[in-house]
Amino acid sequence: MNEFWVLLTGSLVGITCGLTGVFLILRKTAMIADAISHTVLFGIVVAFMITQSLSGFWMLVGAAIAGLLTTFLVQLLQSGGLQEDAAIGVVFTSLFALGVLFITLFAGNVHLDVEHVLMGEIAFVPWDTWDILGFSMPKAVWMLLIVLLFNILFLFFFYKEMKLTTFDPVFALSIGLPIVAMHYSYMTLVSLTTVAAFDSVGAVLVVAMLIGPAATAYLMSKSVLRMMIWSMFFGITAAITGYYLAKLWNTSIAGMMAAMIGVIFMLVFVFKPHDGWIWKMFKRIKLKDTKVHVES
Amino acid sequence: MLTGNLLWVLIGAILLGVAAGLNGTFAFLQKQSLVGDAAAHAALPGIAIAYLVFQQKDLPILMLGAAITSALAVYMIQWIVGNSKLKADAAIGFVLSVFFGIGIVLLTIVNQSSAGNQSGLNDFIFGKAATMAKSDLVWLSSSALLIILMCLLFFKEWKLMIFDPVFAKGIGLPVERLRVLLTALTVLTIVTGIQAVGVILMAAMLIIPAAAARFWSNHLGIILVTSAFFGALSGALGTIISSFRTGLSTGPIIVLCAASLFLISYFFAPTRGFISKSLKKKAFKQRNVVKEAANHE
Repeated sequence: MNEFWVLLTGSLVGITCGLTGVFLILRKTAMIADAISHTVLFGIVVAFMITQSLSGFWMLVGAAIAGLLTTFLVQLLQSGGLQEDAAIGVVFTSLFALGVLFITLFAGNVHLDVEHVLMGEIAFVPWDTWDILGFSMPKAVWMLLIVLLFNILFLFFFYKEMKLTTFDPVFALSIGLPIVAMHYSYMTLVSLTTVAAFDSVGAVLVVAMLIGPAATAYLMSKSVLRMMIWSMFFGITAAITGYYLAKLWNTSIAGMMAAMIGVIFMLVFVFKPHDGWIWKMFKRIKLKDTKVHVES
Repeated sequence: MLTGNLLWVLIGAILLGVAAGLNGTFAFLQKQSLVGDAAAHAALPGIAIAYLVFQQKDLPILMLGAAITSALAVYMIQWIVGNSKLKADAAIGFVLSVFFGIGIVLLTIVNQSSAGNQSGLNDFIFGKAATMAKSDLVWLSSSALLIILMCLLFFKEWKLMIFDPVFAKGIGLPVERLRVLLTALTVLTIVTGIQAVGVILMAAMLIIPAAAARFWSNHLGIILVTSAFFGALSGALGTIISSFRTGLSTGPIIVLCAASLFLISYFFAPTRGFISKSLKKKAFKQRNVVKEAANHE
C-alpha cells in the first residue's frame, strides 16, 4: 500500500508538472521556473516564521507570494536595464541564500531542513495523511490533486488566450488581452505547482519535472494539445521507472526520477525518426555521398 | 583575531572573489550567466564520481571530477541547442536539473558506503570556507591566481570577441578557440569555488558582482575592476561573518553580501542607477511642463 502511495505521488507530480511545463517551454520562460523553484524556499520559510506552523495552506500562500515576488523582481531589474539571464540569476540566488540563512537562524530544529527541501522525502509521504470529506489520503496527494485541479481549470478556461499570448503577444495585446495579467497568473500557477510537488520530491525534481518532460514533448509534437499529452506521459514514465530503479539500487528516489527524465530525453533526442540526431547524421552522410557522386 | 587559518581562508575568499568577478563579467557580457549556473550544479555528480572511483577526498581529484562533468554539461547545452528546435533556456534548465539529480543519486550512494558518512561531500552543496584545510586553500588560491592571470592576458582578445566577433574573425583571431577558452575558464572558476561556496550558489559569485558593476560604468576596464572589487569584498565579508557563528554556511552569506552590493549599485549608481534615472525623468517631465505652459501663454 505504501508503495502505491509513493508511486501515485510521483505520477501526480509528473502529470501536474508536465502539464504546467508545456507553456514554460513555449513561452521561453524555463529559467524563471528554475528561479521560482529556488525562491519558493524563501516563501515557505517566511510563512513559517510568521505563522509558526508548517500547515499546507500557509506554505501554499507563502510559495505563491514568493513566486510572484520573483517574477516581479526579475521584470523590475530588466526594466532597470539588466539583461534577462543576469536578472534571473541575481534574484533567485539572493532570495535562495536568504531562505537558507533564515532556516539556519530561525528554524533549525523544525522539520524544515535544507536537505529535505532539496531532495524531498517521497518515501515518507504515506505517513503524513489528511482527512478530507471522509477520505484519508496522504497530504502530498491531496495538495497535488488540488493544484492539478487549478491547473486544469486555468488551462480549460484560458487555453485560447494562453496560446495567443504565447505565440503572438503583439496581436494579443492589440485585441485587448491582458498579457501582463496572464503572465502573472500563469507564474502563480507555476509557484503553486512547485510548492505542492516539492514538499514530496524536493526542489531538484520539481525543476526537472517542469522542464524535462515538456522539453521532450516539444521534440515530439507539433500541436500544443499533443505536447501536453506527451509531456504528462513522459512525466509519469520517469516517475515510475525512477522509483523502481531507486529501489533496486537503494538510492535517492527523487534524484533517480530526475535522472530518468534525462534518459528519456536523450532517447528521444537521439533516436527519434526523421529529426533525431542519428537520423540527421545518416541524412548528412547520404547527402555527402550523393554530392561526391555528382562531382565525380 | 586573525588566527592563522582564518587569514588563509580570507586570502582564498578574496582571490576567489576577484577571479569570479573578472571571469563573470566576460560571461555576463556574452549573456552566458545562466550557463555558469548549470555548470555549477553539474559539478556535483563529478565530485561524487571522483570520490567513488578514488575513495579519497583530496581536493585536486574532486576538482578534476567536477571539471569533467561541468564541462560536459556546458557542451551538452550547446549540443542540444545546436541540434534541435529547443531554445537555450530550456536546454539550460534541463541539463542543470538532470545533472543535479544524478549528483544527488550518487551522493546518496556515497553516504551509504562505510567511510562515506565522514567524507564531508555534503558540504559541497552549500560550502564551508571557514573550515577548509590549509592545503585545500593553497589549491584554491593558486587556481584563482591562474584565472586572474588568464583574464588579464586575454583581456584585449576577449573584448574584441565579445563586442565585434565579425571584425575579430576578420583580423584573424581564432574566435571559436577563444570562446572555448573562456568557457573552460568559467568551468575552472566554478570548480575552484565549489568547496568554499557550494554548487548551488557558486553561480551567484559569477553573476552578481558583474551585474552590479555594470551599473557603474560603460567601459569594460572599469566594469572589470569594479566587479573584481565587489567579488573580493563580498568574499571577505562573507567569510568573516560566517566565522562568527558555527553552523552558518559560507555560501549563502557571501551571496547575501554580494546581493547587498548589488542593491546599492542598483539604486545609487550615478547615471545608470535607479535614483539618478528617476531624477532625470522627473527633471525632463518638469522641463516639458514648463515648455508647454510657455506655449499655452
